[in-house]
Amino acid sequence: MSQFRAHSVLPGFNLALGFTLLYLSLIVLIPLSALFVKTAALGWGGFWEVATGDRVLASLRVTFLTSFVAAVLNAFFGLVVAWVLVRYSFPGKRIVDALVDLPFALPTAVAGIVLATLYAPNGWIGHHFAAHDIKVAYTPLGIVVALTFIGLPFVVRTVQPVLADVEAEVEEAAASLGAGRWDVFRRVIFPAIYPALLTGFALAFARAIGEYGSVIFIAGNMPYISEIAPLLIVAKLEQYDYAGATAIAVLMLLISFALLLAINGLQWWSGRRRAR
Amino acid sequence: MMSGHSIQRRISTRESNSVTLLLIGVALAYLVLFLGLPLFAVFYEAFSKGWALYWASLQEPDAWSAIKLTLIVAAIAVPANLVFGIAAAWAIAKFEFKGKSLLITLIDLPFAVSPVVSGLVYVLLFGAQGWFGPWLQAHDIKLIFAVPGIVLTTVFVTFPFVARELIPLMQAQGKEEEEAAVSLGASGWQAFWRVTLPNIKWGLLYGVILCNARAMGEFGAVSVVSGHIRGMTNTMPLHVEILYNEYNFVAAFAVASLLALLALVTLLVKSLVEWQAKRSGEPLQHGA
Repeated sequence: MSQFRAHSVLPGFNLALGFTLLYLSLIVLIPLSALFVKTAALGWGGFWEVATGDRVLASLRVTFLTSFVAAVLNAFFGLVVAWVLVRYSFPGKRIVDALVDLPFALPTAVAGIVLATLYAPNGWIGHHFAAHDIKVAYTPLGIVVALTFIGLPFVVRTVQPVLADVEAEVEEAAASLGAGRWDVFRRVIFPAIYPALLTGFALAFARAIGEYGSVIFIAGNMPYISEIAPLLIVAKLEQYDYAGATAIAVLMLLISFALLLAINGLQWWSGRRRAR
Repeated sequence: MMSGHSIQRRISTRESNSVTLLLIGVALAYLVLFLGLPLFAVFYEAFSKGWALYWASLQEPDAWSAIKLTLIVAAIAVPANLVFGIAAAWAIAKFEFKGKSLLITLIDLPFAVSPVVSGLVYVLLFGAQGWFGPWLQAHDIKLIFAVPGIVLTTVFVTFPFVARELIPLMQAQGKEEEEAAVSLGASGWQAFWRVTLPNIKWGLLYGVILCNARAMGEFGAVSVVSGHIRGMTNTMPLHVEILYNEYNFVAAFAVASLLALLALVTLLVKSLVEWQAKRSGEPLQHGA
């Protein structure tokens, strides 16, 4: 025991850690391991066959492409929003700041039906696009809209504190040495917030890949065109194809873990740069 | 005169007025388009056929049972994850042991899992073809396509909320105060109730609010295990889906408006807690 933990006068270690490990195992670890055991029963060949099926590959392509576009949109506009919230003051700013977290608080199904209604060909926003023969809802473009909504807070919330930490003295020094405002941003501010921006981008991207509720209402869900990978899992489950559903789930899980690892690396890098 | 003006311009660390206005305009336009308009449209659609139909939609027996089920699920899932969060934070923040960072990573795991996959793992465990499926059937216990399955998946998807809030907070506060209390003769529980809890109350509340919002609003995970039995296993978000797919838009948006109201209350309380925490110097973890 003394090897495992350092001595402390505080009581409750065994109880607290014991309960933590038990609860973690029962709720998270054992259920997740069921996924891998089920896939192992499928065998490598069987897994490969499901994972490289035409419809699966098409759904992964749709998922990744739309998630990437949405995350890029959020990286750009999220940076602008963070900048405006940190640097400027305007009436109603506190309300706007609080509203940024709406996508975290609004249930995804609500977001899904309201975005589908707004962007439908006869909707408030959709009919402007329809006038130019562009369909948003029920196409991959609609998926991008939903994923942009879902990922909106991530970049703003990761960039905001870092941007607030950029010291005015550094900017003043650069400006007094003759740098224009754009040069100061490009050479001084942007390098400081770049890791946070990338972290926010990765978080929004990771969230978008797994997203289901907000997307299915607006996507149209056409196989090979606007069917996302999580929906394909549900479709397979409804056909009692548990092995197929599990194989896609494991594939998505591995991708999420890889992203999680990348995000942790980015946060470590970002933290180290901030500490310097 | 000329040179003075240009020096003034060059050491300025602010953008010109036109750039400032442009940036504020772009930011607000983006937020109005993606947040303001959808939020407004939920209530607009809900009331589009008048108050009478709005109230009638909410008084439907199926809507009522969905509201009740949502409250029950949150009333189990949130306290369960609250107790877990406190236990995990106590063990991790107040003691030194091996494998601590691995444990912290594992606690965050449910956030990295797609909601649909969260539901799927419980189907694989407890469904008819799952590990415990035959045993459960033999004993006539139904977890999947029933309320217990909905509670379990909700506990899974909201698992990290309280813990990830409390762990860094309690780590930052150290353990000297509790050690002082214990060496003066307080029991562990007394130290926790009188010393730790007052120090973490805002962080705790913050985690609970976020946990509750997700517990009441979860759709994907719950949808996989619910079976969508009207009046029985439909939570509010699932009921919204059914009504919407039946082209009953007013009723769908009426129930959705309650969830949107929940989201607004969540944001309001969250802002108040952030403000209070800032005043009392308690650092909060911001995020999903």
